[in-house]
Amino acid sequence: MGDAAAQPANQPPLLKLVRDAQVLPRPPVTDLPEPDDDVPLYAARRHIYPQRVHGTYRRIKWIVLYLTLGVYYLLPFVRWDRGPNAPSQAVLVDLANGRFYFFFIEIWPQEVYYVTGLLIIAAMALFLMNAVAGRIWCGYLCPQTVWTDLFQTIERWTEGDRREHMLRERQPWTIERLGRTGLKHFLWLMVAWWTGGAWVLYFADAPTLVKDLATFQAPLVAYLWIGILTFTTYALAGHMREQVCLYMCPWPRIQAALTDEHALNVTYRYDRGEPRASVKKSEALRLQGQPAGDCIDCYQCVHACPTGVDIRGGSNLGCIQCGLCIDACDAVMAKIGRPARLIAYDTELNIKRRQTGERPFVRIVRARTLLYAAIIAIVGAIMLYTLATRHTESISVIHDRNPVFVRLADGELRNGFAVHILNKLLQTRNFVLSVEGLSDVDLRVPGIDGDNGRTVVVPVGPDQTREVRVLVSTYQALPPAASVRLTFWITDPATGRRASASDHFRGP
Amino acid sequence: MAEKHETDAITGTATTGHVWDGIRELNTPLPRWWLWLFYATIIWSVGYWIVYPSWPLVTSYTTGMFNWHSREAIITELDALKAQRGPMVAKLAAASLQEIVADPQLLEFARAQGRPAFGENCAPCHGAGGGGSKGYPNLNDNDWIWGGKLDDIAETIRHGIRSSDPKTRLGPPMPDFGRDGRLKRAEIETVADYVRSAAGLVTDPKADLAAGKAIFLQNCVACHGENGKGNRALGVPDLTDAIWLYGSEKAAIVDSMWNGRAGMMPAWAGRLDEPTIKALAVYVHTFGGGEK
Repeated sequence: MGDAAAQPANQPPLLKLVRDAQVLPRPPVTDLPEPDDDVPLYAARRHIYPQRVHGTYRRIKWIVLYLTLGVYYLLPFVRWDRGPNAPSQAVLVDLANGRFYFFFIEIWPQEVYYVTGLLIIAAMALFLMNAVAGRIWCGYLCPQTVWTDLFQTIERWTEGDRREHMLRERQPWTIERLGRTGLKHFLWLMVAWWTGGAWVLYFADAPTLVKDLATFQAPLVAYLWIGILTFTTYALAGHMREQVCLYMCPWPRIQAALTDEHALNVTYRYDRGEPRASVKKSEALRLQGQPAGDCIDCYQCVHACPTGVDIRGGSNLGCIQCGLCIDACDAVMAKIGRPARLIAYDTELNIKRRQTGERPFVRIVRARTLLYAAIIAIVGAIMLYTLATRHTESISVIHDRNPVFVRLADGELRNGFAVHILNKLLQTRNFVLSVEGLSDVDLRVPGIDGDNGRTVVVPVGPDQTREVRVLVSTYQALPPAASVRLTFWITDPATGRRASASDHFRGP
Repeated sequence: MAEKHETDAITGTATTGHVWDGIRELNTPLPRWWLWLFYATIIWSVGYWIVYPSWPLVTSYTTGMFNWHSREAIITELDALKAQRGPMVAKLAAASLQEIVADPQLLEFARAQGRPAFGENCAPCHGAGGGGSKGYPNLNDNDWIWGGKLDDIAETIRHGIRSSDPKTRLGPPMPDFGRDGRLKRAEIETVADYVRSAAGLVTDPKADLAAGKAIFLQNCVACHGENGKGNRALGVPDLTDAIWLYGSEKAAIVDSMWNGRAGMMPAWAGRLDEPTIKALAVYVHTFGGGEK
């Protein structure tokens, strides 16, 4: 310090600034709360008892439930005749043989890229649904919603509707209550068990597997999967319910980022509903010519909600947009003689427009809906085109890597190839194998007698791949150039269809 | 105390009371079942300690309830695989080599079995695809020192060449004409010129082929034959074809004559079971050089 004071002029400016700086104590923060480590970081679950409703959207949900569950449970039993060389189940994932059957479509493992197309279409369909009417996937089509709906119906049937159920839960256990709850869990487990049972039927011949399962002849893995899916269905649809939507599912977060102001969301029309008051008070206010809302604060919308949301608070992460609150509210509106659809599929934008006296509008055709639809159409068209024009036969060739070529005793050159021939038809085909590219060649397949070195007939079984070793020798006096392009052809004389694959003939 | 549970005005969410540089932490509590699930996974992990080998001890480790061992698991899987292949292997054992080649299904199975067996046992000398190298015959070509029929190949694999097997293939080794002084360097070079010319290879125009032939007739015909075609019964190679196990250059031929040759191959009977030897014979035969 003494040196610095003695030679102030030589000091660099920054150091000088630091030296001269006065360190002041930070002013005390006065308005801070005391750190509180006792704040609960984990919230107890609030049990939800959704009330039964009747109405348009409930009807739509029933229809969707019947359709989707009907398809899921019964589809494995639908038959589709493919002849003697393939299974006769319309939809079958044949893991052992690496085949996927879907009615008239059969997919080989190397064609799984169709699944990529399906995934793109599925994602775009989800986005499109979201752009048109928010989370209608969540509200109507999601398996979690459909099964939860079914389980809640069972719950209402056994333990009673909202009030009855709540009341019963506050009373001591009686034989009746025990019986009702027991019956509920038994039915839940039955549905869950049948859900797991239907799942495994997609992986084997359904009628046979049902018989084997019943007689305990089925493979252990089948029982294991039924057990796993029974557990997951029982746990997710019976117990987890809205917790799956609120905490486990990523889609609500993605959806929130994808939505826009024109998407038709389940909306409380507060322009009509506010100010809230009782029926009598509202009527009195109206008679006086004072503003009165249609909402009578009856909480029917909240009681009907399967995720326990109050839709009157506006757009909400918990809302799966099933529309059951619309049905609940409409019933109340009908009773009090006010127009329906106080809650409706609508936009915040329209509320603002109505408030300023403008006409509300619905714009379904927008840039994003057009884009999503276009992508779906394009991907679908590409998939259809490739599916319609795909070949029923194909050939692939792998050149021997060691040795690359062989010199025979009389000096001629030979190359060895592993040739795979695919037959996607359901009958045996005799492919004529030939080679082009060298003028004087001898083509042989060990194990199959050929036509004096020019062609070899290779039989390939129905729906199979066959690998044959192919030896190509050349009698040319001079060895060919280091590499000559060869084309292997397979021709099916019965249908006239051809396929080819290219490789090279290599010499020294 | 009231200020502890302060509510954030914008989000309507309670705060935890933690503040960093004036930034208050909102309290968005996790569901309690999540916490229980977390504890359940910890308890579940304890199950692994009980069931599977886990904790290291001073000289060993905890073995777990069922004495599970990854090596034994693999052995079980291999046994299951062997059991699955059993019927086909039995067929392979029962069929003759000719029957195997005639049956497309058996041929495919034999080739599939032969490929890994070849890679494990034969490839170190003969190369991964049987391409061979100097001193180790190429099994793809159609030049066979001891015969290229299915049975010949199987016999060679079983008993080997100049091996310790009592039934081994045993032929006269190529003598070391130079080392033991039977022929002089110049004479050997003359014979090498003659052998090359007889095989249709380019030779030095100044070479004395007649002298070479004379020495060849005196020393080589006993094994290689008058026309140099060799003798398969004794494992004597053909000197007139395009295939040279030790090279066709003059220096290589001189080397063979000077130092002699006695290539050997181990016997595999006893080391490999009979179905594997059959599969190998078929696999090698279908490299492309097999004879009928």
